[in-house]
Amino acid sequence: MTEERSGANILVESLVKQGVEFVFGYPGGAVLPIYDALFGDERLRHILVRHEAGAAHAAEGYARSTGKPGVVLVTSGPGATNAITGIADAFMDSIPLVVITGQVPTALIGSDAFQEADTVGISRHCTKHNYLVKDPAELAGIIDEAFQIATSGRPGPVLIDIPKDVQIASALWNDAPAQRRQRYSPRTEGTADEIAQAVEMIARAKAPVFYTGGGVINSGPRATALLRALQEKIGAPVTSTLMGLGAFPADHADWLGMLGMHGTYEANFAMNQADLIVCVGARFDDRVTGRLDAFAPNSEKIHIDIDRASINKTVRVDLPIIGDCATVLDQILTLWGDRKGQDISAWKTRVEGWREKKSLSFPLSDKAIMPQLAVQRLFELTKDKDPVISTEVGQHQMWAAQYFHFFGPNKWLTSGGLGTMGYGLPAAIGAQLGNPDSLVIDIAGDASIQMNIQELGTATQYRLPVKIFILNNEWMGMVRQWQELTYESRFSQSYSESLPDFVKLAEAYGWKGIRIENESQLDAGIQEMIDYDGPVIVDCLVAKESNCFPMIPSGAAHTEMILYGDTVAGTMDDEAKALV
Amino acid sequence: MMHIKQEAEERHVLTITVDNEAGILAKIAGLFTARGYNIDSLTVADITENHAVSRITIVTHGPPSQIDQIHAQLERLVPVHKVVDLTEVGPHVARELALIKVAGLGEKRVEALRLADIFRAKAVDTTTESFIFELTGAPDKIDTFVQLMRDLGLVEVGRTGIVAMIRGPHEA
Repeated sequence: MTEERSGANILVESLVKQGVEFVFGYPGGAVLPIYDALFGDERLRHILVRHEAGAAHAAEGYARSTGKPGVVLVTSGPGATNAITGIADAFMDSIPLVVITGQVPTALIGSDAFQEADTVGISRHCTKHNYLVKDPAELAGIIDEAFQIATSGRPGPVLIDIPKDVQIASALWNDAPAQRRQRYSPRTEGTADEIAQAVEMIARAKAPVFYTGGGVINSGPRATALLRALQEKIGAPVTSTLMGLGAFPADHADWLGMLGMHGTYEANFAMNQADLIVCVGARFDDRVTGRLDAFAPNSEKIHIDIDRASINKTVRVDLPIIGDCATVLDQILTLWGDRKGQDISAWKTRVEGWREKKSLSFPLSDKAIMPQLAVQRLFELTKDKDPVISTEVGQHQMWAAQYFHFFGPNKWLTSGGLGTMGYGLPAAIGAQLGNPDSLVIDIAGDASIQMNIQELGTATQYRLPVKIFILNNEWMGMVRQWQELTYESRFSQSYSESLPDFVKLAEAYGWKGIRIENESQLDAGIQEMIDYDGPVIVDCLVAKESNCFPMIPSGAAHTEMILYGDTVAGTMDDEAKALV
Repeated sequence: MMHIKQEAEERHVLTITVDNEAGILAKIAGLFTARGYNIDSLTVADITENHAVSRITIVTHGPPSQIDQIHAQLERLVPVHKVVDLTEVGPHVARELALIKVAGLGEKRVEALRLADIFRAKAVDTTTESFIFELTGAPDKIDTFVQLMRDLGLVEVGRTGIVAMIRGPHEA
């Protein structure tokens, strides 16, 4: 069946064909034809956010928690520029998004028209690919390719900018699958040589460690299962980046916890002392490596990554394998068969020694709730429900990563690469839509939560029982901590002055508000939050000046961690200050 | 005190075949600026009958690890079909075209014409007091010629930037 349809209509049909459930968006002048095409269409559910940044983060939360691409629809100019932060966030963290932006009519492009912005230009370096559509006849093919690019290879955001006249003009359309241009086909398998070499390197290692990242999650649940299967054969301890939490169960005897700047002592020492690092879907980020010339000095390194550009970017590796994590892990497992590796019991004894340092222990206070304790209790009281956790960015995010524990993929949503404050609430909204029966909690800080606080209204509108758990210390805690440790406690602009009353704010939006002021209220407050059938803000007042430890100061090596109780004096040299 | 560190750098010639679509040049040039890579020369032109594919030649310099990253980052762009690092692949021909305007009278004018002959430059425009020479060759040949013309009334230089190709019968 071939017929004439408007561009807007072709767009809607194409999204339906892709199996899209939700469109996170906000209407405006340049997308009115698309909104009109959506009107009354029950095949797509439009989620009206309160700010376009919220749309992009909500789509990210949906994508990260379901493994499906998130779809965003915003208008031209400010609609598009507001969404850019979320797009850049998805680009850094490899989250599949398809972002539709309206554009001024083709004839007005370049004339500084009302609500015109060079969206394709602005988004060029924070999208995996982008398009300006000039003819509605191209739309079906472009949308099909956009979904392919967003979801295959290293996932990421793809933007489609559609001028208003292209939405209105008609073209021939039929419901046959779009003709796909065969131009994007990332390599997914390792070569036989590479796999053989990997097996040989693993078989001779006496002190191996798995260093896993978000790539394992992106590769899908099969990658998680294969990682566990391979680990079982080899017995090596496993650490993960922030983005990879959940790929390996946190209650496993060989789990080391997160590595890097706020990683555990055992994870960082294992990386430093290993003779073989098997990196699976991680990218040797600066937050992970610390000082590069002191990073894992005596190890051979295997790096499995689908993105060739992530290989040898900062750390030289001995064996790069370009491919999909699940596929390559499967290849290694198959070739490994019933092989026996070296006896690594001496290595594991050393790892146990580092565990004894108990680097996540923290002193309790009788005056205030320690934020670490608050996260521990939140974990203990919710773990049976297998919750989905999102976070904002800062100290609370690191405490969540350290003290909340994950047992499966797609349960942990956080802004790792870009470090976007304001990510957590909209991400939780997207996750709740994608997982209507799950308990979804945004672990937040008092400063971050205010960055997309307007999305409270979105949760109210769609009756989403999202929970926000604020660790309120009245500071931009991570900034305060760096100023204390690096700038001799000159707290420049990091105090959260004039905080709102979060309980009243919750109530103003039709949410429930709960305040927890001391330890005796902690468990009951958390329980009340869980039991309430609707959205809740918990304003948990915590010790104001707690620092997040362990910490590798910038410019330091993995072996130079600061733990609780270490005294830090003086100021850093300029070389260290200049690092991010 | 902190000082910015410098690393040893290499010069590489890359050829990139790309889909001939809007914004592709901005994408490639922008990749270089966004990631702090250098462009010494960039040329681009359509190379297919149906105008679907363009060939871009970029001369860049940087530490070896950065050159490798440039290669990888370019390959990851969706409209990029192929990236060839000619400096890695082996012997190649690199040529550039220049237009050089020289104005002068008497002995200088005669000397300019004589040098042009030695360099096999062609006079493509003449007035009684000036020439425009067209010269093709390796960039250092053009550099040398332009240098010689400075004393002989050099007015203006236009250069195309390098196009390059691997030697021998095969495609790189």
